[in-house]
Amino acid sequence: MATDKTNLQLVVNGILNENPIFRLVLSMCPAVGISTTVMNGFMLGIAVLFVQVFSSCTISLFKNVIHPRIRIPTYTLTIATWVTVIDMVLAAYLPEAYAKMGIFIKLIVAFAIITMRLEMFACKESVTASFWDGIGMGLGFMAGMMSLGLVRELLGMGTILGYDVLGFKPLLFFVLPFAGFFCVGLMMAFFNYIELAYKRAKRA
Amino acid sequence: MNIPTFIHRAVLTAVFVLLAPVLCQAEGLISGKRFGTAANELIVAFASAVDKTFAEDVTHYRVYEEQDPDIRLELAAVRYNAEAKSATLTFKQPLNTRLAHIVTVSNPTQSGAAETFRLAKPYLGYLLSIMISALLINNFVFTKYLGLCVFFGTSKRKDTAKGMGITFTIVMVVSALMSWFFYQFILKPYHLNFLQIVIFIGLVSLTVQAVDTVLRKVNPALFNAFGVYLVLVIANCVIIAVPLILADNEYNFLESLMLSLGAGGGFLLALYMMSSVRERMELANIPPTFKGVPIAFIVAGQFALAFLGFSGLSLF
Repeated sequence: MATDKTNLQLVVNGILNENPIFRLVLSMCPAVGISTTVMNGFMLGIAVLFVQVFSSCTISLFKNVIHPRIRIPTYTLTIATWVTVIDMVLAAYLPEAYAKMGIFIKLIVAFAIITMRLEMFACKESVTASFWDGIGMGLGFMAGMMSLGLVRELLGMGTILGYDVLGFKPLLFFVLPFAGFFCVGLMMAFFNYIELAYKRAKRA
Repeated sequence: MNIPTFIHRAVLTAVFVLLAPVLCQAEGLISGKRFGTAANELIVAFASAVDKTFAEDVTHYRVYEEQDPDIRLELAAVRYNAEAKSATLTFKQPLNTRLAHIVTVSNPTQSGAAETFRLAKPYLGYLLSIMISALLINNFVFTKYLGLCVFFGTSKRKDTAKGMGITFTIVMVVSALMSWFFYQFILKPYHLNFLQIVIFIGLVSLTVQAVDTVLRKVNPALFNAFGVYLVLVIANCVIIAVPLILADNEYNFLESLMLSLGAGGGFLLALYMMSSVRERMELANIPPTFKGVPIAFIVAGQFALAFLGFSGLSLF
């Protein structure tokens, strides 16, 4: 079975239609926990992109030799291997960013989004399609994290990527750790509102 | 024996075991000793009244941590309270109250003689504080923001929440203890620390598979109730976060047990509270844009705010 989508469609699908954070509501822990700045979102996004692309390709390569009954443990161990790789690379080359994200890099192994994509997509499709699907999902996750980080950083500290944009701090509330819950909730409600308004406009 | 009575008895036994030990008091010169309310205070109570100038002389006390006998802790001042017959020792540095301290006090009636005693917080209290900390102060859902996928997924009904919470706690305790064993006796001695993630997640999947098989044979009724949640446990970050935290902090067996119990209990607590609110929210008039997941996030945020109140809580 092969997908009838082009590579570009696969990528766009991951970013918009099936955005891991806002559409599938998966991998919420980092979205709430460390989305305080755009940079955090970007760094974790890179890590997830790496793990997603490489695990998708690995599983897609070996899909014919994996016995269906042990597929879930196989996925988990594949992901764990790639997470170990990115964990060691980041710890060696970007120690400050690594320290900021703390335990979340290691926790990529338990992110539902990666296992789900392996189960739904990579174990059926060709390596190329899996690669582009992985890129799309990784970018979608990164986009979700960065947009959350953008809102929280801008509203909380008046900065973007550390540069002062507004010159004042509108609502310090947004950088406080627990505000992640409110922020995600409000952004989801905002997207729902747009969707409802769009449907209403279409009907009228 | 049905399950509620069993849980009831188990809880009662646990409480009894944890609270039973009573501190034995030393007889003789010293009638009591404890850490003060401030971090750099230590209080020594004398059995009989002592001369004030003698009791307030700093040179009559020697204090060091049990593991570092060479490093004498420096005293800033001693205040003697004649009514309570107790001396408050104030140190220049805050004390690490988790460690045992050795205190030597010169005997006022016999010059040259001294009495030495050991002062440590009760170990069970320390263990309990680890559990309370994981349960409330550092609740994994509301203050560490872990396990949210499963948290939002299974908190729609109270029954589901209870089932998920209990299954999760069982798997959590078993897999955390197994990970502790592997980390301390295999990974550390052979310098295989980089395999942490692979080993821990493998152990979790193994535990889930084992609990699944055992439960299916031993107690089919329980399996029917909780079996569905077993698969979801693997997709929960808390289950892999706890072994990693155990490995980072070098906890021993009992401390690991307490932390995993606290983590599981905290997850159960969070799920139960959230499901109670969500059951009521179904009847409430919520704006269409907020229906479903968005309002659940807002409620979780309010819980997180409330849990902030537990920070700084210290019972022992």
